[in-house]
Amino acid sequence: MAQSEQEILEGLAEIVNEETGLDTASVEMDKSFTEDLDIDSLSMMTIVVNAEEKFGVRIPDSEVKNLKTVRDAVTFIAGAQS
Amino acid sequence: MTSNRDRRVVVTGLGATTPLGGTATETWEALLAGRSGARTMDFDWVAKYELPVTFAATIATPPVEVLAKVETRRLDPSSQYALIAAREAWADAGAPEIDPERLGAAIGSGIGGVWTLLDQWDVLKEKGPRRVYPLAVPMLMPNGPAAAVSLDLGARAGAHTTVSACASGAESMGYAIDMIRTGRADIVVAGGTEAAVHPLPIAGFAAMQALSTRNDDPTRASRPYDTGRDGFVLGEGAAVIVLESEEHARARGARIYAELASVGMSADAHHITAPEPNGSGASRAMLYAVERADLSPTDIIHINAHATSTPVGDVAEYNAIKRAFGDHTENMSVTATKSMTGHLLGAAGALEAVITIQSIYHRLVPATINLDDQDPEIPLNVVSGEHQKLPDGDIAALNNSFGFGGHNVALAIRSI
Repeated sequence: MAQSEQEILEGLAEIVNEETGLDTASVEMDKSFTEDLDIDSLSMMTIVVNAEEKFGVRIPDSEVKNLKTVRDAVTFIAGAQS
Repeated sequence: MTSNRDRRVVVTGLGATTPLGGTATETWEALLAGRSGARTMDFDWVAKYELPVTFAATIATPPVEVLAKVETRRLDPSSQYALIAAREAWADAGAPEIDPERLGAAIGSGIGGVWTLLDQWDVLKEKGPRRVYPLAVPMLMPNGPAAAVSLDLGARAGAHTTVSACASGAESMGYAIDMIRTGRADIVVAGGTEAAVHPLPIAGFAAMQALSTRNDDPTRASRPYDTGRDGFVLGEGAAVIVLESEEHARARGARIYAELASVGMSADAHHITAPEPNGSGASRAMLYAVERADLSPTDIIHINAHATSTPVGDVAEYNAIKRAFGDHTENMSVTATKSMTGHLLGAAGALEAVITIQSIYHRLVPATINLDDQDPEIPLNVVSGEHQKLPDGDIAALNNSFGFGGHNVALAIRSI
């Protein structure tokens, strides 16, 4: 079932909060995972795997390095769902 | 053998999270009140695995009530307990300002991250390798708690983990003394942690008949020295102290609880689990500690014993004490605080060091509970019924810890 970008953003923010303790409001579309949110590669892998489960998509390991901003991730998930 | 007490090591902070309370002070007050931390376990896995032992001394204050949610997610319970105790001890010491390269951490554990290890094994079997948590390895490694404390306090002189089963927590304090005496650090945060109230260790200890099976009466199950003792009661938690060179502590005007004067260590090389019946290995550890603290055996007025409430172990420790102290044995007041705390394995030596330090500082020895009929084979002067006052003036005490593998560790603590 395809979700809106806003729904994906909210779900992703919950995953980020669960893993890192960051406030969900800080997870905004234009934020960089590494530079703005200070998420390391280990946490990123956990976020990716949890996102796969939550959104019912597959995010290949080779794709993870391209997900630099929150928008990149939301766009990829939305595309994979459709 | 030289004592090298020219650089004295003192205790300036205490922390603990135990079956009796979420802090060292709460734990101490419960000990003076003679409370037991043992309780029936309400976990679904107790019935699921038909465990023969259905009670344990579980932690009084769950970490979720103390730590940030992300800390409980990214740390094994053994590291969570250590972090809670270390933060308390550090605050109790006045959060001293120190060059990070002069601050060390030494946290022992007997078993390590058993919850993470086996939970993640289940994840691997049920969901595959991709779902194994990326932090699984740093969470399950036995040095995880020392690393967590080092990271949290910024301790850069060294982060170390002593592993010697139920002597781990006491051995870490010995390691910390050496770090300060040899000039590697001015302050070391030292202790032990254990989070092994888990079905596998319980089944393993039960299989070797080491645990009490007094399922219908948990608070009466840990009964060191009593003729009715039938094994130890598994406990969990952590205890941490702040150790500091006396010079450093005096210079900053710190409150000093006591001097951690020395550690004595030996190995039995006798049997993987059974203590040497004549106690020669354990007695050597005690005498080394006395000697290195610049004391005579007759200066020791109190022993916080290892005394786990096993039929064989309590007698072997008595034999060791008698061998080391001879006729002076009857002059020393002995207490077995595991009667209340249960046996915290790799945290036990650290917790009992905290209790012995509190005993010296407050000049009070908590009474052993459940001593209804003292074993005639163990004619020690056991404090029971009511806590005992220790005399004014210079006093000294020992804290014993022994571990599977034949590890013997005795700490000598002097008033200051």
